[in-house]
Amino acid sequence: MSPPLLSIAGLRARRRDRSAQPILRDVSLTLAAGEVHGILGESGAGKSTVAKAILGLVPRGIRITDGRILLDGRNLLALDSRSLRRILGAEAALIPQDPSTALNPGRRVGAQLTDGLRLWRGLSAAAADRRALALLEEVQIREPARVMWLYPHELSGGMRQRVLIAAAFALEPKLVIADEPTTALDVTVQKQILRLIRVMQTRHRTAVLFVTHALGVAAQICDTLSLLFMGKVMEQGPAADILLAPRHAYTRALLAANPRHDRPASSPEPIPEPVIAACKAEVAAADRADAEDG
Amino acid sequence: MAEPLIEARGLVAGYAGRRGLAARRSASAPVLHGIDVAVGRGEVVGIVGESGSGKTTLGRALLRLIAPLAGAIRFDGVDITGFDEAALRPLRRRMQMIFQDPMLSLNPRRRIGRALTDPLLLHRRAANRRVAERMVTALLERVGLPTAVLQCYPHELSGGQRQRVGIARSIVLEPEFVLADEIVSGLDASTQAQVLKLLGELKRSMSLSIAFISHDLSVVRAVCDRVYVMAQGVIVEEGASDALFQAPRHAYTRALIDAIPLPVPDPNWLSQA
Repeated sequence: MSPPLLSIAGLRARRRDRSAQPILRDVSLTLAAGEVHGILGESGAGKSTVAKAILGLVPRGIRITDGRILLDGRNLLALDSRSLRRILGAEAALIPQDPSTALNPGRRVGAQLTDGLRLWRGLSAAAADRRALALLEEVQIREPARVMWLYPHELSGGMRQRVLIAAAFALEPKLVIADEPTTALDVTVQKQILRLIRVMQTRHRTAVLFVTHALGVAAQICDTLSLLFMGKVMEQGPAADILLAPRHAYTRALLAANPRHDRPASSPEPIPEPVIAACKAEVAAADRADAEDG
Repeated sequence: MAEPLIEARGLVAGYAGRRGLAARRSASAPVLHGIDVAVGRGEVVGIVGESGSGKTTLGRALLRLIAPLAGAIRFDGVDITGFDEAALRPLRRRMQMIFQDPMLSLNPRRRIGRALTDPLLLHRRAANRRVAERMVTALLERVGLPTAVLQCYPHELSGGQRQRVGIARSIVLEPEFVLADEIVSGLDASTQAQVLKLLGELKRSMSLSIAFISHDLSVVRAVCDRVYVMAQGVIVEEGASDALFQAPRHAYTRALIDAIPLPVPDPNWLSQA
């Protein structure tokens, strides 16, 4: 078997302040070309920090203390910012959470799509325009030639997210990181956008790291999952195994807390206090084992 | 349903055309085009739809925060359509609202204790602050908050705690009707479950009538007895929760339900229209 495209091993991060609170606790995962891996968890579980660590965008207040992030065999954490930029610019892309703030409000859609093509692929202005037009068509935007000349505020939320997906796939990256890409959208638009990401990802054999808090979304788009709690992976494996036959008590409790429209009125169950306590104890035990090793 | 507590008949409502720069784009076309809804005593009624469907405007019209252009609103048998602010004031205590973002609806510079006791004093439900504080302490227990939060400012609380404070504030005057507009959409599933459970308990213990506005049909099924589905300012379908979810009649209802993914991998879900 060929080595995975992305391999994260023993990733640890802490707050930089006096608390030195751990944010990621020994996170490891692998992602093969053409695979969709979901990073699942509630707010504060560390999902976004994993995504940001790959892109070299960890906020100032957080420090990565240990681990490796191998993209195609190169350790991204060992690179200087120039080399990191060169590799990421050409090989990785981000679909952000909020399509309304991710585009430059003062520039036309076409110009924002052609920037990367000219910079990273060295296309002429005319060739970049042709490619951008083809991309807008590929993400099923109607009247793409007209949309090239529009400003972001003239597009609906769903259209903006399609533009951002076009931008993410423009350079044929090997890895796309999608950070809660549908949270800000209406439900029917969400479904269209998820379908589009799946179509693009399959067609281009792109690996996708999909950050989400929504179990239902993860179930439909992810091949494999990592479920995080307090920066620790509680359960990892094929999405179907985790969601249909969860082994960890936390996974079971999270599933029970999720309301389901296919079940008659039975209020979702809050996660029982003992389950949270047991999870915290598990995290603390791992921290102690680490301290003894280290 | 016997006599509804609050109902709208043939409701047409909207906002006055904006002046100035945006005027060109906002003719004063109504947002609601003849709506009939009713909420019975002790009933939780879901109002669902996507952005722009008019569900928030409907909620505001029910509370008479905006004046209808046509149609009638009745509260406890009284036609309040033409009531001015002075006439509405005695009713305000009986019809309250839980906001989507408690961080925006609570005064950031006022401790939670003040936010909860002030309404009691203002509406003369408590003779003095000491009495009000005693009443608020009992209230906190009811919504599952420690008394320590009384000394806190809103930013010191977690999202779930803040939404509990929002709920506490909406019921502190013991209203009969509460409007809850997207109150769990920003919350994690575990916190959401706590808030939904609390709403169910309050409905039972206070026989509260609740209009629950949401875009999320999973959440609606979990708490609502009856559901109205809105699109473009009209009600496209109405029915008892179980019946509506098991056999939706309108294509739009079907689409809304199908658009919410279940936590069960289904290879066909993404490819379905």
